[in-house]
Amino acid sequence: METTQLSRNTNTSKIDCIRTVTFTINGQSTQLQLPPWVSLLDALRHHLHLTGTKKGCDHGQCGACTVMCDGKRILSCLTLAVSKDQSSITTIEGIADNGELHPLQKAFIEYDAFQCGYCTPGQICSAVGMMQEGKAQNRAEVQELMSGNLCRCGANSQIIDAIMEVYIPETHE
Amino acid sequence: METINQKQQGKALSRLEGALKVTGAAQYAGEYSAPDLLYGHVVNSTIPKGKIQKIYTEEILKLPGIIEIFTHENRPSLAWFNFQYSDMDAPPGSPFRPLHDAEIKYYGQPVALVVAESFEEARFAASVLKIDYEKEAFTTNFTNQLDDARAPKRGFATLLKPLPPKPKGDFDKAFDESPVQVSADDYYHGTEHHNPMEMHATTTMFEGEGKLTIYDKTQGTVNSQLYVANVFGLSFKDVRVIAPYVGGAFGSGLQPQYQLFMSVMAALELKRSVRVTLTRAQMYTFGHRPPTLQQIKVAAEMDGKITALHHKATAETSRFEDYTEVVVNWGNILYPVENTKLDYELVPVDVYSPLDMRAPGGSTGLHPLECALDELAYELKMDPLDLRLKNYAEQDDSENRPFSSKELKECYLQGAEKFGWYNRSPQPRSMRRGNRLVGYGMATGIWESMTLPAKAEATLTKEGKFRVRSAVTDIGTGTLTVMTQIAADALGVGLDEVEFEYGDSKMPFAPIQGGSYTVSTVGSAVVAACQALRKRLLKIAQKANGSLFETASESKVSLTNGHLSLSEKPDVAVSFQELLTVSGKRMIKASKTNIPNPLTLKKYTRAAHSAAFVEVEVDEELGVINVTRALTAVAAGTIVNPKTARSQIVGGMVWGISKALREETITDHRLGRYMNPNLAEYHIPVHADIHDLDVIFVEEKDDIVNPLGSKGLGEIGIVALPPAIANAVFHATGKRIHQLPIHFDMLL
Amino acid sequence: MNNFTYTKAQSTEEAVAGLAKNSQAELLAGGTNLIDLMKYNLQHAEHLIDINHVQGCQTIEENSAGGIRLGALVTNADTAYHPLIGQRYPLLSKAILAGASAQIRNMATNGGNLLQRTRCYYFYDAHAPCNKREPGTGCSALEGYNRIMAILGTSPQCIAVFPSDMCVALAALEAVVRVKGPAGERVINFEDFHRLPADTPHLDNSLQAGEMITGIDLPEEGFEQNYSYLKLRDRNSYSFALVSVATGLKLSGDRIDLARIALGGVAHKPWRVKEAEEFLKGKTASPENFTKAADLILEGAVGFTHNAFKIELAKRAIVRNGIMALNPSETQRPGAQPSL
Repeated sequence: METTQLSRNTNTSKIDCIRTVTFTINGQSTQLQLPPWVSLLDALRHHLHLTGTKKGCDHGQCGACTVMCDGKRILSCLTLAVSKDQSSITTIEGIADNGELHPLQKAFIEYDAFQCGYCTPGQICSAVGMMQEGKAQNRAEVQELMSGNLCRCGANSQIIDAIMEVYIPETHE
Repeated sequence: METINQKQQGKALSRLEGALKVTGAAQYAGEYSAPDLLYGHVVNSTIPKGKIQKIYTEEILKLPGIIEIFTHENRPSLAWFNFQYSDMDAPPGSPFRPLHDAEIKYYGQPVALVVAESFEEARFAASVLKIDYEKEAFTTNFTNQLDDARAPKRGFATLLKPLPPKPKGDFDKAFDESPVQVSADDYYHGTEHHNPMEMHATTTMFEGEGKLTIYDKTQGTVNSQLYVANVFGLSFKDVRVIAPYVGGAFGSGLQPQYQLFMSVMAALELKRSVRVTLTRAQMYTFGHRPPTLQQIKVAAEMDGKITALHHKATAETSRFEDYTEVVVNWGNILYPVENTKLDYELVPVDVYSPLDMRAPGGSTGLHPLECALDELAYELKMDPLDLRLKNYAEQDDSENRPFSSKELKECYLQGAEKFGWYNRSPQPRSMRRGNRLVGYGMATGIWESMTLPAKAEATLTKEGKFRVRSAVTDIGTGTLTVMTQIAADALGVGLDEVEFEYGDSKMPFAPIQGGSYTVSTVGSAVVAACQALRKRLLKIAQKANGSLFETASESKVSLTNGHLSLSEKPDVAVSFQELLTVSGKRMIKASKTNIPNPLTLKKYTRAAHSAAFVEVEVDEELGVINVTRALTAVAAGTIVNPKTARSQIVGGMVWGISKALREETITDHRLGRYMNPNLAEYHIPVHADIHDLDVIFVEEKDDIVNPLGSKGLGEIGIVALPPAIANAVFHATGKRIHQLPIHFDMLL
Repeated sequence: MNNFTYTKAQSTEEAVAGLAKNSQAELLAGGTNLIDLMKYNLQHAEHLIDINHVQGCQTIEENSAGGIRLGALVTNADTAYHPLIGQRYPLLSKAILAGASAQIRNMATNGGNLLQRTRCYYFYDAHAPCNKREPGTGCSALEGYNRIMAILGTSPQCIAVFPSDMCVALAALEAVVRVKGPAGERVINFEDFHRLPADTPHLDNSLQAGEMITGIDLPEEGFEQNYSYLKLRDRNSYSFALVSVATGLKLSGDRIDLARIALGGVAHKPWRVKEAEEFLKGKTASPENFTKAADLILEGAVGFTHNAFKIELAKRAIVRNGIMALNPSETQRPGAQPSL
């Protein structure tokens, strides 16, 4: 006979743990009451209905949940929402400027850099972060530094084409 | 056959839903919400075979936020008969029924659904639910059970997936007597999983009065509707399935998956809206591409004429269904051979039934076939492309009938030219760049072009615009954009005048979206509906102003500037508003079902063709393989939208690279389970893996295949890549690797 | 993922006191491994102490010994791209950038990198026997699918590998780990930090209960003239090493004055063999000599059903990486393809 059960503490009740989190999301100050085990990704999707940020694996293996946090691209699935108290988060819903698409968004459409569209928000947020980091100096380096974002439709070339259309590498050092 | 004006078709239009997808506004199945939404989390078996003895639900039900736990013990009573669990893509056998009884048929089988007020509460409770099992002996390795191999059962699915044709001539004699022979029995690829980026999800909105609105991740809204109505004993009209955006599927949505069952069951029982989203690990607990072992024998005369072909595939299936695909039939369609023996057998083991995965069968069968031809070319000291040209099929030898169209030769020639194929020095290991060996390889691709029955509806709205509808989904293939283009041309109006609505089971019937037949199937219905609407409008015009339009025919009128007019005499016109008034209706509708004529179609083999050319670099000491460039020349009839069409082919090529060099589900047969059910160790290509990919669309005219002359592109981009890559690896290294994926350490 | 309580610590003292108070507490830094493991129900903390805002571990500074101190809470990305690291320890930059993805490197911290758990399939499958996860249950990998497993320093109890890239470079650089615990501060030489599995594979490292990593000291020697990091894996990026090599050389002309070679992806810890480094001292930096060194490094390596290739692959990688280290300006460009 085989029994499956993962022995675990079941005593910690939600009420004891609820915390107030205040962050700025896409420029708007937002407050949530959350237990600490809620990921930033689930806070965005379930609590704020900002479903543009996608869940593709929930384990840091695909990049679909990429958001900008205090100017850096991070994976919202491996981030506890409570740990981002007082942070500033930009999601795909905040990338366009008052309805005017970001140049990357326009380039993604123009280059057909997506098919199903599910990895797209993560690709775009990641590319925004990659451009701000400014480390990539050529196409091969852009490919490498964008490799944390998987695309199952196989739009890889067009994604890099779209980014190269917008990204002007700075010469560092 | 009537031909239609092609003004919008052929335009490289950007995807119409693009802005929604790049801003995150496009909503997928698991993203619809309701004020009282509940979250379901599935619990899966942790043994591959046996029985559930006890599920300790009592304590878990006391946890905060937990509403209910569904198991085989407390599920509602459901449909009795197998056929009620069947769907449009169900293989012959007994479909899997979630929560049916205590029996465990495979590892990861869903055994319970925990429903809670929040996602986190459901997830936690599911993780601590204790279950006792009685284990039974199992086997998951079909290669250890080859004695059990047998012919597949026939059923509805085998109509679309014909079993191998009967032997022809005398293979054994011809093979033995031919001067040049190639033979191998170790072609193998392991299990693969679809892994669309969006995990399967269903949100069921409990609307009251017995009505359900279901947002499902599916490739067929009507298929899901049919399944739900049958299994839960509901009336069709009370079940509405919507799938506006589908985050990839590649076959995983061709059949209703268990999240749909779970979500609907919970909603009906709890009378609340329920969302069930699978985890990435759970994406490995339903269909997959079956691991397949293949043998191939090819013989030829000294001049390269192929005399004998034997291709045998032995594939895994489950204990409860005979999943089949077309693996071995392609060789004799591609090459005229007088002596053939084509076999296809199944071995049932304790796994879930396999499921169509992008280019099912074709991507499996062309691998040994096209590698064997490469080997044959080397034996003959002939160029591999010249060998194909020498054996070019002017007609389909396996069925002894002509092709509806076939521009494969142009694919070979244009592809070779642009790729620089003949710059290749034939000797293996003869080309290099620094530490790296360079290899060129090529292969032929083929995919059958099917057209299935479908219905569409075209409407002149009260605003004077046109609306065209179909229940079809858009899984990322560009259906919305392409159908809009087709509808605009069929109506003879601009793109701005037409809106294509889709992804809703309430709309006119479309079959599941797969097999590269959507443009052909739904496109043909759209054309038919639009033409019916034009006829309808003309009739009303004749009623409104008989004398002016009396002699006009449908093909002689234009729909421009809000008027129906005579094409030759534009001032003879009647406004859309007047037509609406005369008709006495708010809108004028016409719908039409397109049923392809089986008698015409039976006379022809209808297929898209391709030729793939690949360059690889292989590090001489370390074995690291890179596909540095690849080109696919495609002949697939009319290309409706070159931009989305190119993406389909390029996406297929990435899948081909992945199949050849990356992806593989690892099974531990001692444990009877998959060991890498995630995206960290199930390697699909990253951006850094994908280099220069090029596509040529060869001009091909086809008046037979369908009114659009379009053959479909979803699979043709993949099929030739794996053998072309394996052949290029041989050319680079002198090593023949018959297993996929080729790991770089195999070249050490 | 189980339920847990959460607090933020502002100082190392507060963090260490928190650990002392609750034996089921864990420190949360970047979270890239801990949250992943908790979501897979492989690790169950009752309490998380968020140390991301702890003072004193957030900088990269020159230390008194002429080297550099890396704060434990500096992210991998900030470390790799720090000008001091780029100039003085480019081997470390290269190794960090070979790991994970840009997003993960933006989150993951230096301290956390040292503490990541193995990617062994059986460790990650909560229902498979695994001595590392549940001591005494057995090692499924030994006779299972072991392509990614270890070939050196294994025990019948465990053949898992330690997955870090950064630590392979830290091993080659002979870094020193600074920790703080209930008994105060101490330092651990890098070679003593990670353990071999022996009979206690559930212990990855020599950190004692209640201790936290506060920083990593890099000695003065950074091999900035001649270095190379080579990672061989199943795809070109965002995957774990089957074999990786960090090489640092000090040369006089083509003669080796000092060599350091560490391997990743082959053992339960970054693998170094000092005899091999000694052997290279005074020798010409030639393929022949790197081959002899490689033979010494791989001495005693044992392959299992699916990973025997790692022995030959590691040898070839050592030779190639030695040659690459002679010309880092060509071979070590950021983002250069791993196929070279």
